[in-house]
Amino acid sequence: MTETLTFLLSGTLLAGTPLLIAALGELVTEKSGILNLSVEGMMAVGAIFAFMVVTGGGSYWVALAAGGMAALVVAALFAVVVIFTLANQVAAGLAVGILGLGLAGLIGDPFEAQTVPPMPKLPIPGLAGLPVLGRGLFDHVPVVYLAPVLALATWLMLTRTRLGLLLRSAGENPDAANSIGINVRFVRFCATLYGGFCAGVAGGFISVVSATLWADGIIAGRGWIVVALVVFGTWRAGRIAIGAYLFGLATLSGLLVQTTGVAIPSQLLTSIPYIVTIVAIALLSMNPKLTWLNAPVSLGQPYLPTK
Amino acid sequence: MIRIEPRTRAPGLWAAVPPVLAVLATILASTVILNILGVPPLDALHYLYVAPFSSRFNFAEVLLKMAPLLIIAQALAIGFRARIWNIGAEGQLILGAIGGSLLPVAFNDSVNPLMLPAMAAIGMVFGMGWAAIAAWLRTRFNANEILVTLMLNSIALQLLYYLVSGPLRDPYGYNFPQSALFPDVAMLPTLISGTRANSALIVALAATLLAWGLTQRSFVGFRLRVGGLAPGAARYAGFSEHRAIWMALLIGGGAAGLAGVFEVAGPLGQLQRVVTPGYGFAAIIVAFLGGLNPVGILAASFFMAVIYVGGDVAQTAAGVPHTVNLVLQGVLLVTYVAARVFTDYQVTWSQRAKA
Amino acid sequence: MALLELCGITKSFGAVTAAQSLDLSIQPGEIHAILGENGAGKSTLMKIIYGVLQADAGTMSWDGQPLHIENPAQARAYGIGMVFQHFSLFETLTVAENVALSSGVSVARATTHIERSGARFGLEIPAAAKVHALSQGERQRVEIIRALMGDPKLIIMDEPTSVLAPTAIPGFFGIVRDLAAAGCAVLFISHKLSEIRTLCHTATVMRRGQIVATVDPTETSQADLARLMIGRDIPHPKRAVATVSDTPILKVTDVTVADDNPFGTTLKDVSLTVHGGEIVGIAGISGNGQQLLAHVLSGEIPLSPGQGDIVFDGRPVGRHGVAERRAAGLAYVPEDRQAQGSVPELSLTENALLTGHMAGLIQHGLIRRAAATAFSERCIDDMDVRCAGTGAEARSLSGGNLQKFIVGRELALTPRLLIAAQPTWGVDIGAAQAIHQKLVDLRQDGLGVLVISDELDDLLEISDRIHVMFRGQLSASIPRAEAREDVIGALMAGSFAEAVAAS
Repeated sequence: MTETLTFLLSGTLLAGTPLLIAALGELVTEKSGILNLSVEGMMAVGAIFAFMVVTGGGSYWVALAAGGMAALVVAALFAVVVIFTLANQVAAGLAVGILGLGLAGLIGDPFEAQTVPPMPKLPIPGLAGLPVLGRGLFDHVPVVYLAPVLALATWLMLTRTRLGLLLRSAGENPDAANSIGINVRFVRFCATLYGGFCAGVAGGFISVVSATLWADGIIAGRGWIVVALVVFGTWRAGRIAIGAYLFGLATLSGLLVQTTGVAIPSQLLTSIPYIVTIVAIALLSMNPKLTWLNAPVSLGQPYLPTK
Repeated sequence: MIRIEPRTRAPGLWAAVPPVLAVLATILASTVILNILGVPPLDALHYLYVAPFSSRFNFAEVLLKMAPLLIIAQALAIGFRARIWNIGAEGQLILGAIGGSLLPVAFNDSVNPLMLPAMAAIGMVFGMGWAAIAAWLRTRFNANEILVTLMLNSIALQLLYYLVSGPLRDPYGYNFPQSALFPDVAMLPTLISGTRANSALIVALAATLLAWGLTQRSFVGFRLRVGGLAPGAARYAGFSEHRAIWMALLIGGGAAGLAGVFEVAGPLGQLQRVVTPGYGFAAIIVAFLGGLNPVGILAASFFMAVIYVGGDVAQTAAGVPHTVNLVLQGVLLVTYVAARVFTDYQVTWSQRAKA
Repeated sequence: MALLELCGITKSFGAVTAAQSLDLSIQPGEIHAILGENGAGKSTLMKIIYGVLQADAGTMSWDGQPLHIENPAQARAYGIGMVFQHFSLFETLTVAENVALSSGVSVARATTHIERSGARFGLEIPAAAKVHALSQGERQRVEIIRALMGDPKLIIMDEPTSVLAPTAIPGFFGIVRDLAAAGCAVLFISHKLSEIRTLCHTATVMRRGQIVATVDPTETSQADLARLMIGRDIPHPKRAVATVSDTPILKVTDVTVADDNPFGTTLKDVSLTVHGGEIVGIAGISGNGQQLLAHVLSGEIPLSPGQGDIVFDGRPVGRHGVAERRAAGLAYVPEDRQAQGSVPELSLTENALLTGHMAGLIQHGLIRRAAATAFSERCIDDMDVRCAGTGAEARSLSGGNLQKFIVGRELALTPRLLIAAQPTWGVDIGAAQAIHQKLVDLRQDGLGVLVISDELDDLLEISDRIHVMFRGQLSASIPRAEAREDVIGALMAGSFAEAVAAS
């Protein structure tokens, strides 16, 4: 029983961390008014670049940063297409996402099914020795501890800083922002790059920390769950964090059910996160007020400054 | 310096720029990528764009792959014009394949000639039913159809895996995850003898004609178009948004379901773990590349089918990974949506000196 | 020495010249009016001064030095502030955050500034309030405070009184005079002649992108100003006696509806009637629930049980949608002609189909193209719409011509009642006059007409009775004979609503 609980806590954090990191990045992008649907592709690109760095003998931190930078380049392509050539953001997101998945598969072809050693853990002194909770919560790689800190920082940035005001103004009313001298396209461009970087780090986390292997299609729809998480969290960092860990837990439910010995088709268990996503989106979209108060008004609409 | 301004007049010939640029960029990208992978440029061009036309068999393959792309893309375009984003054709296709397999699996020695039409009907209903989940959640709960249809894709795939490894598995198939082979009455007639091209293409061309009538002549098509161009005007005119959502998703689901039936009743001849090489996603690209216009989509589906077959040729001849196809599809759509700026806006060079 | 001097400023958009060699001089502490009708080039001029647009030719100077402004931030650095007509505020941010965002100071400093300006100029506003909770008048104060943040030497105000109740205007003028007395020049953009004559020291009159005169408005009669502005006398619609029907065409009883938008206004117990042969006007500052009322009446937002009753031509239609109400004979000219009344990318024939489809233009689900073309030709002829034919795209028409086309389309359906929201907003005086005359003619023909408008002057001219909306409530109607500007003005400030609340 305690084993199961420890496994659940630890597994939830491990599965929830990449979702949270990528979703916080997407949150910043969306707050600026850009809907980036290419998260799946950006995560895949991040995953393969991080994997190559570790395979080539680089450190895990360098690997995650490389994953982030590679995905940032992909995000830059998306940003140029939607911000400067004013493309439809849904179509452009799908397009760049497909391109990212294809590139990741192509670059990763020679690495298919290779593995890397796990990233060293950093048990927190004192806390890691606690029964159940210690190994569940405080015996992880450092990135796992940093993710909730990033959520807090994102929340503070959006609500308490001038940078947050700039982002939100560009997303709420780009015309007004332009008229008071804010460079809306620049703000949106940077926010999109940042979102790409986060997606890349998250993808890298999946390939070199949690899975420790490369396989084509390793992201397996997580990029779309990330997009759903932002909707689920009604564009608020705190709710997104809760959502990310809940989804992390949902991905474990399969393993959990198997331990109880009940015979359920494995395919149904694999489907649980997707089903949970659909139900969560439906329930949270029911209340338009929640969305109205937090969703960026101009989300997904091309913006052409009056010049 | 380049100036981009809202359009005040129809784009005219500028409308041809995005697809032409997209095709050129794709051809360029494919030679560059294959060159990096060690294939000389001329060989790359040959594999991808000449080989598909070089033999009767290869060209028949192009027609074979064009049919599902065309059927699905025509249907998706109707929804996209109304800005209803059904990204779930892949899952709806899988459901269609499942639905279409029920009769031939259950009545495996049947000689009833009504088998094929019945399969088509069931497959369409299955595809529509899968899409209806998204339509219901959108109209009832305001749930975003992009995310719901995407999640449904993943669930459909798991459902297929479950069925071919359990209830629909061939009991005499040595535990392979696939159904029994279909009886002859469950198979599509061949179009060109000695090849795999089948009569699905005739249906696809008929669907094109239907789509043309719907978009260019019918009032339903007009209402959907207004809903996409100006939602406020559609509400003002009393065109129901819920009806548009249901219609768009059901048409898309039905078409994808039909394409799924045609896969199992055509080249596959049974239900397998893999029933589509990404036709559901490729059809989205085809729909955009064709400018959401029935005639444009006809041309776009042909080009996409050529890339599919060319990719296969390159894979066999030079060992190029199959993911090259995905990259090329990505390049095609990215270039297209970026180049749309020439038709959606007025792009001018201005020589005005800076003040 | 002049504070701001413009010389030969020219700006064109494509083939249209919006500003043609404009010369203008503004002195420190001067309240200077820019006067002109819609489309005269007023907003182009002020956007050039504020750096939103760049002139194609001409020069500007500031305190005698050459002035180059590429963007609004530079304008503010010089000491030019702007109060927009359509506020450039962020609804989900607080007042202090809005001010901080545009001026680059911290939220704490912005709060101090807001309190200080409030005390000095009578611009009290709670700094921590979210903008979406504020009224239009309060939002304008935020805009003014924001403009004052940079200690400006010149403030441009675009149609500032359009968001104020007539009773609030004298107080607002006091603020403007205080600003001027403190040495700040004010560029006051307006088309309301009486206000300019009361407030301004100088008036520059624009017509078709050119300056036609610079006058002392206190020395010039209202009629002379009007003639300068439009080049002829202001036309008035010819009104004859009409027979009012015994039974009402439209009877609205106790309608109470909340807006879907949490920032919107809720309609509270709204009741009104419209008879055949009369024009009923609904006045009020925009943002008091007029839009929601229009949507409730048109059927875009059908009523649920318990939200009140709407009876049209003797039949209850409250639960019906747009299509059923239209089929019963209700026509509607919406407020937003670009995004609601028409689809800019479609041809006029296709735009005629939008609501005209019920006039027998559809057969077996297919569009009867010849009939549709004939129908749109009729709309064009009836209202004398200037366009390149039925195939012209809606976006190629001027605002006035597009509005005339929409009115023509609605009337071609031979309705029993016409609801028109802001029918002359943003159109030139010629088109406005044509539309007003048409509405008055309809009344003579026995139709019921309901006009919702921010422009009190227009309503006073054409209406038989006027209601006033304030915070979602509707006043009792005032007959034409009693509807003086001061009476309606008091209602617009909410006097009746307080009475209701007190009772």
